[in-house]
Amino acid sequence: MDPYDLQGSASRRRTSNLKDYFVGATPLQKRLESVRRQSSFFPSPPRRKILQCTQLQEEIDPQKVAFLLHKQWTVYSLTPLYKFSYTNLKEYSRLLSAFIAAEKQKGLAVEVGEDFNIKVVFSTLVGVKGTQRDPEAFLVQILSKSQSSREHREGRVLWTGWFCCVFGESLLGTVSEDFTCLPLFLANGAESNTSLIGGWFQKTFDCCFSPLTISAFNLSWMAAMWTACKMDHYVATTEFFWSVPCHPQSLDISYAIHPEDAKALWDSVHKTSGEITQEEVDLFMDCLYSHFHRHFKIHLSATRLVRVSTSVASAHTDGKIKILCHKYFIGVLAYMTELAIFQIE
Amino acid sequence: MSVLRPMDKLPDLNAATILLVGTEDSLLQKLAESMLQDHCASELRVHLANSLPLPSTVNRPRIDLIVFVINLHSKYSLRNVEECLSHVDSSFFLGKVCFLATGAGQENHCSIHQNTVIKLAHTYRSPLLFCDLEVESFRAIVAQRLVRMLQICAGHVPGISAVNLLSLLRRSDSPPSKEL
Repeated sequence: MDPYDLQGSASRRRTSNLKDYFVGATPLQKRLESVRRQSSFFPSPPRRKILQCTQLQEEIDPQKVAFLLHKQWTVYSLTPLYKFSYTNLKEYSRLLSAFIAAEKQKGLAVEVGEDFNIKVVFSTLVGVKGTQRDPEAFLVQILSKSQSSREHREGRVLWTGWFCCVFGESLLGTVSEDFTCLPLFLANGAESNTSLIGGWFQKTFDCCFSPLTISAFNLSWMAAMWTACKMDHYVATTEFFWSVPCHPQSLDISYAIHPEDAKALWDSVHKTSGEITQEEVDLFMDCLYSHFHRHFKIHLSATRLVRVSTSVASAHTDGKIKILCHKYFIGVLAYMTELAIFQIE
Repeated sequence: MSVLRPMDKLPDLNAATILLVGTEDSLLQKLAESMLQDHCASELRVHLANSLPLPSTVNRPRIDLIVFVINLHSKYSLRNVEECLSHVDSSFFLGKVCFLATGAGQENHCSIHQNTVIKLAHTYRSPLLFCDLEVESFRAIVAQRLVRMLQICAGHVPGISAVNLLSLLRRSDSPPSKEL
């Protein structure tokens, strides 16, 4: 296995290399090979597709995913689930409800004034995927069963979490049939509920959750990709937040740009159509840094980028994202899936 | 005197001089102290600089090894090092230059991809060391390594020269040179 293949300028995407070489190898062999490739070099794809509306996007019912937008999600990466079946969703709802009720009665996760009558609902999210090969996304919600007749029959949503996989070919090719690959998990709600449910999934499906941290390098890629998206109207200004490490407390710098100006800057930097390269991202960020330096004499490049917020989505380095735009929903998830897969591996 | 040359001065007896170049003063200071704590037969001199060219007013001995320190958390340090490289004569790159990348341990603080630094070191045909200079034990280890490299570059170790060391340090799985 020649690791120099990785350096080939034409195909840095490890997915196509793996498929070409391994026809008929066992999933374990494929997995070992992919790990070996990873350890010899750290590939950073220098080119990325610009987020476009894919065909599958049209199948998503805007109403169904509207509740996923404009909410802050804490992101985790998840290893493949063992023996998870989409037909048993009702069974899982029952088991998880019982588990949570038991845990709450044990007093492990008691919140003052919390109603013990809760219900867990599992449902599939149709259309939240990149290609047909991606597994279906599914949603878990904790609802409170209210005794009062005034409230809606279904009750208040206390906690929402959803699992998805968007364009996850590199992971799908390396696991055997018993596993379901849904590397991205997003949660909104109380932290205690997230850890309870995470614990149940880990015990039931032998998987492992880990919080997804987004490095400053990836945040700058997100900033460039999302600024590059064509929007009809902008709902939010483009903002960047930097954290300056200094004693005794760190300093935070925020830099807000009008979104149309940011797009104009990107258009002047962007040369190759259909792809975004590392050089363009670096140049885009350098323009912002030098502009700031000219006015304030501060080198932003010596500080750490912690948050990026655009009209498409916003992301924080601790792994919190908020998606604002329906059109690029899949594109944002595709990038997050890639980061999750990279973290798992 | 805007370009550093390796052979423009005579060597001092049993003395070896290392130049550490980087933007992070505290890290350079700590590394220098770790190196000076190491016991070695030669007389060590450590010079620190934020950038090149060095001021010509100071009378300094011949420099045997230059170490460029890049902090992966800060793009500014990378830009600084890239600018400094033009002030170093090309004959220095025959084993007398080394790159040191710090901060790879904290992945979520990194603004620079490791590939960028690896490519830089490969372009200049010089060894690249990864070390977290904030952690004392790692710093002590890399300080020992640098002292040993310095002794070889100053010619104090019989039987091996800087160019020899360079060919030994080149990793076997690094990309072939014909690619560039």
